[in-house]
Amino acid sequence: MSEPRLIEISPVTRVEGHGKVTIHLDAEGQVDEARLHIVEFRGFERFIQGRLLWEVPVIVQRLCGICPVSHHLAAAKAMDAIVGVDELPPTAEKMRRLMHYGQVMQSHVLHFFHLASPDLLFGFGAPAERRNIFEVLREKPELGRRAILMRKFGQDIIEATAGKKIHGTGAVPGGINRNLPIETRDAFLAVIDDMAAWANDALALARDYTVENRDAVQRFAAFPSHYLSLVRPGDGALDLYDGNLRARGSDGSDIFDQLDCTRYHEVLLEDVRAWSYMKFPYIRSLGPEAGWYRVGPLARMMTASVIDTPRAEAARQELLASNDGQTQHAILANHWARMIEVVHCIEKIRDLLHDPNLQGTDLVAKGERRQSGIGVIEAPRGNLIHHYEVDENDQVTYCNLIVSTTHNNEGMNRAVKDVAVRALSGQPEITEGMLNEVEVAIRAYDPCLSCATHALGQMPLQVELIGPDGAVLDCRTKDP
Amino acid sequence: MSEIRKARVATASLAGCFGCHMAILDMDERLIDLMSKVEIDRSPLTDFKTFTRRCDIGIIEGGCCNEENVHVLREFRRNCDVLIALGQCAIMGGLPAMRNAIMHSDAPLRECLEEAFITGRYIENKTHNIPNDPALPLLLDEVYPCSAVVEIDYNIPGCAPSGEVIHDTLIALLAGRFQGFERERIRFD
Ligand code: SF4
Repeated sequence: MSEPRLIEISPVTRVEGHGKVTIHLDAEGQVDEARLHIVEFRGFERFIQGRLLWEVPVIVQRLCGICPVSHHLAAAKAMDAIVGVDELPPTAEKMRRLMHYGQVMQSHVLHFFHLASPDLLFGFGAPAERRNIFEVLREKPELGRRAILMRKFGQDIIEATAGKKIHGTGAVPGGINRNLPIETRDAFLAVIDDMAAWANDALALARDYTVENRDAVQRFAAFPSHYLSLVRPGDGALDLYDGNLRARGSDGSDIFDQLDCTRYHEVLLEDVRAWSYMKFPYIRSLGPEAGWYRVGPLARMMTASVIDTPRAEAARQELLASNDGQTQHAILANHWARMIEVVHCIEKIRDLLHDPNLQGTDLVAKGERRQSGIGVIEAPRGNLIHHYEVDENDQVTYCNLIVSTTHNNEGMNRAVKDVAVRALSGQPEITEGMLNEVEVAIRAYDPCLSCATHALGQMPLQVELIGPDGAVLDCRTKDP
Repeated sequence: MSEIRKARVATASLAGCFGCHMAILDMDERLIDLMSKVEIDRSPLTDFKTFTRRCDIGIIEGGCCNEENVHVLREFRRNCDVLIALGQCAIMGGLPAMRNAIMHSDAPLRECLEEAFITGRYIENKTHNIPNDPALPLLLDEVYPCSAVVEIDYNIPGCAPSGEVIHDTLIALLAGRFQGFERERIRFD
């Protein structure tokens, strides 16, 4: 161990999108630096300029195939503001909510079972060939089958409200383009009890894991941070679809509260650092060093005053009590929080399905045209901000997106470093299982690296692309 | 063991949104059955980061936007008997290729990078540099469809293609009786 070494984990697997980790070890084998990189770049904010406003909700979701509905709805909400609609017809608002709860549910189930569960079921250091959903299906067929059917339920809700499971078209500026037929509603109601029961079992699984491994959980990449999310106006309840911004400090006190979303840029700023590639948002008043924060299911449990559905609220109380009423900073508790939200979504879906408004026919509202619109939503992975400006020809002239995974950038990089230092520093031999531990820390954030891709990148130096026939298709050199 | 060898399938996500991989999971219960016929090798859904052996079928989501995409795509061509481009991004570049042609722009990629890192309104960039690090793969000036880089055997259209179409195509290919798609199954959204 006399030479400094560079270890790469590439690609990070069982997460959504494209990322890699680099770990620099010094000559003594101590971790010097450890970082998570996102290796692609889209440039969405620029190339969406010139497109027509009604196209945006349909185009923008193609940033992300795991949570397309979140982008679809955040963009639609921004476009509502631009077409001058502050209040949607009840049918439109409820159809969109149904779509969103279906989406959050399927995304959380997908993350917990399809991507993360092998680590929890088989152990962080289990052989690589066991750590995947297909092995879960083989070794725990009943659990695997439920995972598939729960995700399918969420996807079917999306299809019923958006027209397609992936990249639908349901939301339009000012409303929605369909309602829910009675037969479709009845088909969902026929299985909702199963879903509720299975969600409870999944919740118990995540809770027991956190409680039984309490010491390990409290040590694993656990550090205090501030938290940010939307909360419902008035009572500050959890609201995944709409509300005002609330930021809570690591000690549980409010940094700001009930702030109108259109003022997001007064309180948040994004830092670009020479040594990093993803922007680092922070709370303006606290500055870049102290102002970083986290978003997502655990953050929402910490910011919300209450959850307005009984089972999920009881589960949230249990989560809060598990840490003696202190703010829960352990990132592995994110899995528990995620399952609480699955329970919440199913309670919400059940209520909505019983609401006759879903069969209403007043679908789109109109209003007085405005120039700009800001749409904010709680995506499965946390707060998501879309901001657009549109000219008199309906063409987009400005776009700014802050996606959940970018909010979590600082937290994820700290988690990577924390685990790398603990698991790798001074080890005579670095095993594959140790490296998986680093990935477990990233996975706990359920990052959506596709979403984050829209605003990352670097300047190219020189690249030559040669086609299948050997011809040079493209050669590019870095500008001085 | 004398049971028939399972077909080996590998998948990769290049410049795509992961939606095509979600569509693979949209096979739902049919996945359970499919797993009796195939095993998954290198894939973002498993922890195999490289090929463990030669595969019968490789499935590619996304086109090529950087050198690493090109590298992975070539590895797939070398290691798979049959290579499938899944979805519009792999077939034609898709949404990421919107950056190839920005109206009235001579340097679309540069404009995209500047908007993201320098000229954006609510960012703090003291150095006025676009971040640059050897850990990041070099970007290509345009986003390319897979067929511009390697030979592709089959295209499954859609954005994303449905789980059903993916399932039926795989089953037909494995049985050696794939005849192309019926007209109503050829979709571009
Ligand atoms: S084809 Fe569509 S679903 Fe597939 S990766 Fe591209 S944008 Fe995503």
